[in-house]
Amino acid sequence: MRFFRDAGHLVRPAVVLLAGLAAFLVIRSAVVPKDFGQYGHYRPAALNLIRQRPLAFAGQGTCVACHDDQAAARAAGRHAHVACEACHGPQAKHTEDPVGSKPVLPDVAMLCRRCHEKDAAKPKSFPQVVTAEHSVGLACNTCHQPHNPHL
Amino acid sequence: MQGVDGFMYPNEVELQWSLLIVIYPYITGLVAGAFILASLERVFKVEAVRPTYRLALLTALAFLLVAPLPLQLHLGHPERSFEMYLTPHRSSAMAMFGFVYLWYLTVVLLVEIWLEYREDIVRFAQTRTGAARWIYKALTLGSENVSPASRRIDDKVGYVVTVIGIPSAFLLHGYVGFIFGSVKANPWWSTPLMPIVFLFSAMTSGIAAVLVLYLISMKLRKTAVDMRCIDTIGKYLFYTFVIDFSLEMLDLVQRTYEADESFRSLDFMVHTRLWTSQVLIQILLGTMLPLCVLASTQLWTLAEAVRRRLYVIASALTLVGIFAMRWNVVIGGQLFSKSFLGYTTYKVQFAAREGLLPALALLILPFVLFFILVKLLPPWQKPAAEA
Amino acid sequence: MDTTRRELLIQFSKVLVLTGTAARALDKAGEAPEPGDTYQMAAHWWGMIIDIDKCIGCGNCVRACSKENDVPEAYFRTWVERYQVNEDRDHPMVESPNGAIDGFPPTTRSDVKSFFVPKLCNHCADSPCTQVCPVGATFISPDGVVLVDPDYCLGCRYCIQACPYGCRYFHPQKEIADKCTLCYHRITKGLTTACCEACPTGARQLVDLKNPKDPVHEFLRNNKVQVLKPYMATEAKVFYKNLDGSVR
Repeated sequence: MRFFRDAGHLVRPAVVLLAGLAAFLVIRSAVVPKDFGQYGHYRPAALNLIRQRPLAFAGQGTCVACHDDQAAARAAGRHAHVACEACHGPQAKHTEDPVGSKPVLPDVAMLCRRCHEKDAAKPKSFPQVVTAEHSVGLACNTCHQPHNPHL
Repeated sequence: MQGVDGFMYPNEVELQWSLLIVIYPYITGLVAGAFILASLERVFKVEAVRPTYRLALLTALAFLLVAPLPLQLHLGHPERSFEMYLTPHRSSAMAMFGFVYLWYLTVVLLVEIWLEYREDIVRFAQTRTGAARWIYKALTLGSENVSPASRRIDDKVGYVVTVIGIPSAFLLHGYVGFIFGSVKANPWWSTPLMPIVFLFSAMTSGIAAVLVLYLISMKLRKTAVDMRCIDTIGKYLFYTFVIDFSLEMLDLVQRTYEADESFRSLDFMVHTRLWTSQVLIQILLGTMLPLCVLASTQLWTLAEAVRRRLYVIASALTLVGIFAMRWNVVIGGQLFSKSFLGYTTYKVQFAAREGLLPALALLILPFVLFFILVKLLPPWQKPAAEA
Repeated sequence: MDTTRRELLIQFSKVLVLTGTAARALDKAGEAPEPGDTYQMAAHWWGMIIDIDKCIGCGNCVRACSKENDVPEAYFRTWVERYQVNEDRDHPMVESPNGAIDGFPPTTRSDVKSFFVPKLCNHCADSPCTQVCPVGATFISPDGVVLVDPDYCLGCRYCIQACPYGCRYFHPQKEIADKCTLCYHRITKGLTTACCEACPTGARQLVDLKNPKDPVHEFLRNNKVQVLKPYMATEAKVFYKNLDGSVR
């Protein structure tokens, strides 16, 4: 009995610590989403959040649905496996508003050079030229039709 | 690219962990070290260091309270930092450290300080007036029982808390070492020795910090220094530092000998970008010199005044050297590319969020807190201490 | 005295319950899947195959990714490196000018072996980056994509330190860790990633290891295949065909 009287003060810090622990547990159950940990140690809501990002590139399947004549020309040539937006840039906006949002073609010379300028690191079988010697100042599409470029 | 030599992966050029992340392990190291010194008296019965017991506890508390601040300043979203307690990821050393910190602060340090100071707190609650009275009344936690029997129980419980506190202090700073040592992607950090090296350098810096604070405090209070006390502390500082240095040299020798794929790149980095901070400041100025100074006090009989000055010099150099060690680990680990083909540079800004100015403020703040704690809970024992 | 304390406790817990309910309500808002969603996570295990022999270093992938995902300037979710390797294979010359977002200035050196290496997050099945995240803000989805929860990340940058491949960066405006999401918002709609869409030579291809008809199975069976830094044992899911041993 006397022990408890002499040790009684020790209850106080124990109570403070336990109260802190209890407060923490209450806060935790209120703030952490109930489905946290459903698939792993994360909020499942994050998956849908990330999926909701709007598209910038429409994907060539969507382009071809309307522009079948250009797609046919392309399919017959060496650029058959080059996606539309690889040259025309992201066009998801254009698919939503075909009249109001028209694609703007970047500078042709720069566009072609990016792939076809000769570089020792490029695969030998890949068509590449030293444009300064090859084009003699002319734009590439003077001779090559971009959708079906082989002459 | 600015400041880049050779090739680095494009996202590696900018350092992620800055000066603030150098300060954080430095501060937690001082905590662990100060506490180990305090436990020398309490558990290992090294009676000579008794005059610094309460001082060491207050030092530990002052630094422990400041420790989370550099982290908060560094986080992209400090308002989300509580998530570490709400949904801690058990595989993450950083998350588990949050709990080690909390455990150490509450169950070890605060409880031990409360038990040690209870008699003084009750006395102040009864004798002081005004606002101070309410502060002390709150600190009593409502119990004013300071009978000799209760004090004997305090002593026993305090002993148990200190015994638990020693491995807790080891865990506190060992974990920080593990946070770095477990990163397999970074060969400068990845070694099983890292927690142990961090721990011993922590103990070294903590002991040096208490030594310096004790000498400064005695100077300010115009009180005589207990030479037996600081001679003993000096001795422990010397031994701990020898062990720390040996461990670091072991790591260096092993790396040089094995010379794995990362070695040439790291070696080049040490010889160029890390030359000043690692070889000059950490090894020569911050380790070899204080070790020689401390060795001289052990080998030769020197006058008291001379020994006091040597202890101050050695401690100050040690504190600089251990800071340099943290710098070399944290910053050094980010100066080289993981492709081993290039290096970047770290420029410390001055008034930015993670710049020199806040860093200095964070280093000074613990001393301010220490000063307040000393006023609140005077560590100076009465000459007729408890039997 | 005691009654007031009890009353205070009751008021306090009422506030907590109300805050908790409000927090939960806010949490649910705007994060439910859209109606008509037929995507089954369990049916997919995403990866990528890269054919080094086809990459021409045009940088289309870097530009496309940047536009699709609003990648901040000077940071990269994907990038291309050019290697020039002579007989001193321990010291290849490597460069990636601004991540190759504008391609490369041409090189004519024929005395060395040179090639391009596109890089991105490897979406490791045993990723060291998700291991170290303290709060569960970065994780691997059930369909094999390593993602960052932008509303949960603290910005501690431990994951950036832990990635052996340098594919993560700290987003300067959002102040969170960021990286390639394998265009999760596209692949869950049946589209391919922006980088694969834009690649003119088919060097990069999105693959689904759980789909028995996917070309990845033939690719892995018939070719000499490598992952980056295999000794890191990260179970990377980006597979390179004919990757030279000098690549880091």
